[in-house]
Amino acid sequence: MSLVELVDIRKRFGAVEVLKGISLTLEKGEIVAVIGRSGSGKSTMLRCINGLEKVQAGRIVVDGIDVTAPKADLNLLRQRAGMVFQSYNLFPHLNVERNIMLALKLVRKLDTSAAREVARAVVTKVGLADKLHAYPDELSGGQQQRVAIARSLAMQPTLMLFDEITSALDPELVGEVLRVLEGVASEGMTMMLVTHEMNFAKNVADRVIFMHEGRIHEDGPARETLLEPRTAELRSFLNAVLH
Amino acid sequence: MIREFAGADIIYLIEAARWTLLLALTATVGGGLLGIVVAVLRVIPFRPLSWLAIAWINLIQGTPLLGQLFVFFFGLPLVGLSVDAWTAAALSLSIYASAFFGEIWRGSLQSVSQRQWEAGAALGLTYAQRLGHVVLPQAIRISIAPTVGFLVQLVKNTSLTALIGFVELTRASQIISGATFAPLPVYLTAAVIYFVICFSLSQLAHMLERRLHVAR
Ligand SMILES: Nc1ncnc2c1ncn2[C@@H]1O[C@H](COP(=O)(O)OP(=O)(O)O)[C@@H](O)[C@H]1O
Ligand SMILES: [Mg+2]
Repeated sequence: MSLVELVDIRKRFGAVEVLKGISLTLEKGEIVAVIGRSGSGKSTMLRCINGLEKVQAGRIVVDGIDVTAPKADLNLLRQRAGMVFQSYNLFPHLNVERNIMLALKLVRKLDTSAAREVARAVVTKVGLADKLHAYPDELSGGQQQRVAIARSLAMQPTLMLFDEITSALDPELVGEVLRVLEGVASEGMTMMLVTHEMNFAKNVADRVIFMHEGRIHEDGPARETLLEPRTAELRSFLNAVLH
Repeated sequence: MIREFAGADIIYLIEAARWTLLLALTATVGGGLLGIVVAVLRVIPFRPLSWLAIAWINLIQGTPLLGQLFVFFFGLPLVGLSVDAWTAAALSLSIYASAFFGEIWRGSLQSVSQRQWEAGAALGLTYAQRLGHVVLPQAIRISIAPTVGFLVQLVKNTSLTALIGFVELTRASQIISGATFAPLPVYLTAAVIYFVICFSLSQLAHMLERRLHVAR
């Protein structure tokens, strides 16, 4: 069975239909880049997958959990499907270590010393071992985003969702975050990432999904899709972002 | 018999200031508990209760505290409930404080970004865990400055209860001033005592903010 399955999902905000029937499957270990114009529904789709938004129709199954069931265990789902946001969203009142330990203790029920060990390990993985006791406002945007990735990784999710996680960063800080992403990718994590970094999509993703006006307009192998777009919409989108 | 303003009078004023403090403290506790209810009613998504809370806030913030004091002190006996000056003072200051605390705390709670709720949710935290470990700690830090700011107002406003004859610092000053005909030193002493109380409160706030790592 596929790790993620979306069957004809529809999402409205008020009268506006934002997702107009999306179907896709994601296999374990797959890395999918989601691209498309602003407002095409990329974030909404990701948010539906981890239950931050409710769909009006269709079915979503993630790692065996039926997200769209009325009594879905969303907290369990979110342990399996980690999410990192554009705006980092670290907890400003907690230092790096405690940001990471919080959910380990409350959700995964680790004791303090075990949680501390995990925190140290994931922070080392993103290259910030020396910042374990720093507060978020003492870190650069790139460092905060790396901590956010570490915080999500610490939960040992089976799937990670990344929503434009480099878009709020100064250009010189984008590279360090992408390198961390590459590291996560190389360990076999299943990833779905909304991105405007076309080179990253081409080189790291297995597959590209192009969203247009609430629908999946193209879906195919990364290189092929980006180098030889089949539709005029994707061609014009790529022209706009590359030039 | 006119006498000099003496050391004993200063002691008397300081003792009267205890009533000022006790009244402010009572209103803080009473108004604080009621303020939590007001804040909660304001944020829960059930309109009639929100309207009730809004009406409460507008009624209290839109009328003078002195008027509220008079309503309790002179009004309650008219309906057969006898109240002494302390009860009327404590009751009306608590009610007065509840409206302000309610608004301050609601504002602090709502000023924590929706994204913080989402970040907690994305990690699998339950609603209660998000509230207790992510949002409330931040809201409390945000609320320290305005809460203490209001406490300072509250301490000063206890002086209005002198007008219903409650002997706190201001009423005590009036009494001594009447006996010594030396209003200036008396009221200066009172002013210094008010200042010490209020200044200590704001220093306490600064200390708390530093200790709790308030987000910038
Ligand atoms: N919470 C919301 N309420 C109302 N409209 C929303 C909300 N979130 C997103 N939208 C709308 O849905 C559409 C798709 O948004 P989004 O999924 O954020 O697009 P993208 O991530 O591709 O830029 C946009 O038109 C946006 O204005
Ligand atoms: Mg988006």
